Amino acid sequence: MSFLIPEKDWFKAPDKGERNWIAIGIVWCLIMSVMMPYWHVAGKQNSRGESYKVKPEDFSARVQKFVETNSVGKLGNIPIVQPNPGGHAYLMGGGYIWYPILKLKQGQKYTLHISSTDYQHGFSVQPINMNFQILPGYDHVLEITPTSTGEFNIVCNEFCGARHHVMTGKIIVE
Amino acid sequence: MSAIPGFLKGNFRSNESRTCDTTGLPVCNTASLFIQLHAVFAVVFLLVGAVAAILLALTRWPAVHLLPADWFYRVLTLHGVNMLLFWIIFLEVAIVYFASTSLLNSRLFSKGLAWAGFLLMVIGAVLVDYIILIGGADVLFTSYYPLPGHPFFYLGLILFAVGALLAMINFLLTLHIAKRDKTYEGSVPLVVFGATAAVIIAVLTIATGAAILIPTLLWAAGIVDIIDAGIYRVVWWGMGHVSQQINVTAMVSVWYFMFSLTTGAKPLNHAVCRGAFVLYILFINLASAHHLLVDPGVSTAWSIWNTSYAMYLAVLASMIHGFTVPAALEIAMRKKGYRQGVFGWLTNAPWGNPGFSSIFMSLVIFGFIGGITGVTIGTEQINIIVHNTLKLPAHFHGTVVGGTTLAFTGLAYYVVPLIFRREYYMKGLAKIQPYIFVVGILIVILGMQFAGSTGVPRRHWDVSFAGSPIPIPKMESGWLALVGVGGVIAFTGLLIFILLTVATVFFGRSNKGKPMESWGDVKDVSASAGAWTKEDEHKTPGTWALVSILLVSFVVYYFSNWKALADVWWVR
Repeated sequence: MSFLIPEKDWFKAPDKGERNWIAIGIVWCLIMSVMMPYWHVAGKQNSRGESYKVKPEDFSARVQKFVETNSVGKLGNIPIVQPNPGGHAYLMGGGYIWYPILKLKQGQKYTLHISSTDYQHGFSVQPINMNFQILPGYDHVLEITPTSTGEFNIVCNEFCGARHHVMTGKIIVE
Repeated sequence: MSAIPGFLKGNFRSNESRTCDTTGLPVCNTASLFIQLHAVFAVVFLLVGAVAAILLALTRWPAVHLLPADWFYRVLTLHGVNMLLFWIIFLEVAIVYFASTSLLNSRLFSKGLAWAGFLLMVIGAVLVDYIILIGGADVLFTSYYPLPGHPFFYLGLILFAVGALLAMINFLLTLHIAKRDKTYEGSVPLVVFGATAAVIIAVLTIATGAAILIPTLLWAAGIVDIIDAGIYRVVWWGMGHVSQQINVTAMVSVWYFMFSLTTGAKPLNHAVCRGAFVLYILFINLASAHHLLVDPGVSTAWSIWNTSYAMYLAVLASMIHGFTVPAALEIAMRKKGYRQGVFGWLTNAPWGNPGFSSIFMSLVIFGFIGGITGVTIGTEQINIIVHNTLKLPAHFHGTVVGGTTLAFTGLAYYVVPLIFRREYYMKGLAKIQPYIFVVGILIVILGMQFAGSTGVPRRHWDVSFAGSPIPIPKMESGWLALVGVGGVIAFTGLLIFILLTVATVFFGRSNKGKPMESWGDVKDVSASAGAWTKEDEHKTPGTWALVSILLVSFVVYYFSNWKALADVWWVR
């Protein structure tokens, strides 16, 4: 009975069956442990957490400058902005919108800076389903290479207030 | 003196204890009172959480979309707090009070401390629920800084946590007086060892909770502004994740206890089982890092270290329990004579006993669904395609609902007849209740899992995105309808449990002075099954079959997620 006081000689080595299972468990845990560093070398999708401290008003100013320099059109009253391939791009979450709309080229690498001007947000690119956490005060830097073309939608998947569910954005890849 | 092996003279004061008419274990009357109080309030908060759950399921079912947006987030906050904290921790206090008294032949250390802890927990929980319902804290369970919550929301959580801490101290001091008064000889039972592990993790949780909730309370009250959104997440998850590890540890203890009670199972090797509990204590709290895998500000090395080294050692502990628990059951059943084939011990198990069926299904759901998905999505890179999608709640509804809640409801089918000393109403309905609940929760999990795989966000009122500043197409996910349908079934199952239990506790037929009516025993047919040799004590082909299926499922799910990850854009 496991709810009764055990016999005095309970401390003994496991028998073969348990030993084998523990060994299998350890081997599997080691395989999983190795997969993560391995993917940093061989894989193309990694989360490094690179980020820089930034005040929301400073980040907002960088976004405005980025929009003024690289704007190529509008969707409604939201600017569509095309960064230089290999260059920096900025995306601001706040006020229930991902601002601005980005226009990228397939196969080109961009250094994407994302931050929030108010609450925490979830940067979620659909339908490819890529997700990163965005925090106020942190410039989250992602080196991103779109590998497919089309219109991709950004939703917010971290609760950010009463109208969280209308927070959207767009990335157009040509 | 008692006939229980290992028990010496108890330290009860006069008229402070009775002997259980069913198990022969001593029952401390003070402990019994508080076990009853905590269990009743646990079920009250379970009801609050369950009503919230059905409202949420019916809102995320697009064809129904019941609640308005503000009430959806409010009820979501209510659901998380009541289920993850109030229901489970109230019941855990009942469990540890039971384990430290009846299983150690001891009285409860202090009645005053027990009252203080209980009242603080009740006041805190009621305050939190009141603030949520008046719209003072639409911040969800995680209350991520800088979402503004009413100061009393954090104050209520702190009061609840202090109350729980007092209960944990009462438990530890009861262990102390049992040892001091020599109420038993030898080592504590495995279930007490597991409960102690849970309490140690609980104390860590509460300490971390103080480290984050007190500054947040001061910030919400406008006194200081020292919090950083990233650091908030690191410390908050030290409480938020680790608190769920109290549940895992308590649940595993309940598995051992209930299999022992319903089938006479005993662990093959105490050292292995206890070693696995020690692994939980040492490593599980560092694993809370897996909530931050796609956060800014945390380095690759930090993430990998905490989720591989630390988390996988806790995973190993769960894999060990995942073997030793069914193995104990298999040996007990085989010894009773059920030796046909690989699974004869399982098919002849007491499936009509809700105290058995709940526990076995809890073991399977926790291992196959909660465990496999949790370890996989907690992998640094795989988290990119999972973070904050519905795949996440799919995982933890497999751990805390299909695992912990199911195990605790199974436990109740014995707590009520043994501690409240009343016989359940409508036993036929009680026997099928776990199955109804399990069917419902499995459908919910399936719906969330597949909706999440297509990117449907968690914590989201409307995936049609109507009224968005940048119009995007709505997410056509038929899987969300399953969340609704499964929610209705699971809610029905849970409501049957709550109504039967509440009715029984207050009005059920008393069984004082006689053993509880059996839910269905396992007949000993060993006389006709041939000799039982020493070698048979370690033969578990059925358990090996089960864990082999588990391992294969694990490997397939794990690598298919890597494959899915490889298909998304390049990012670093």
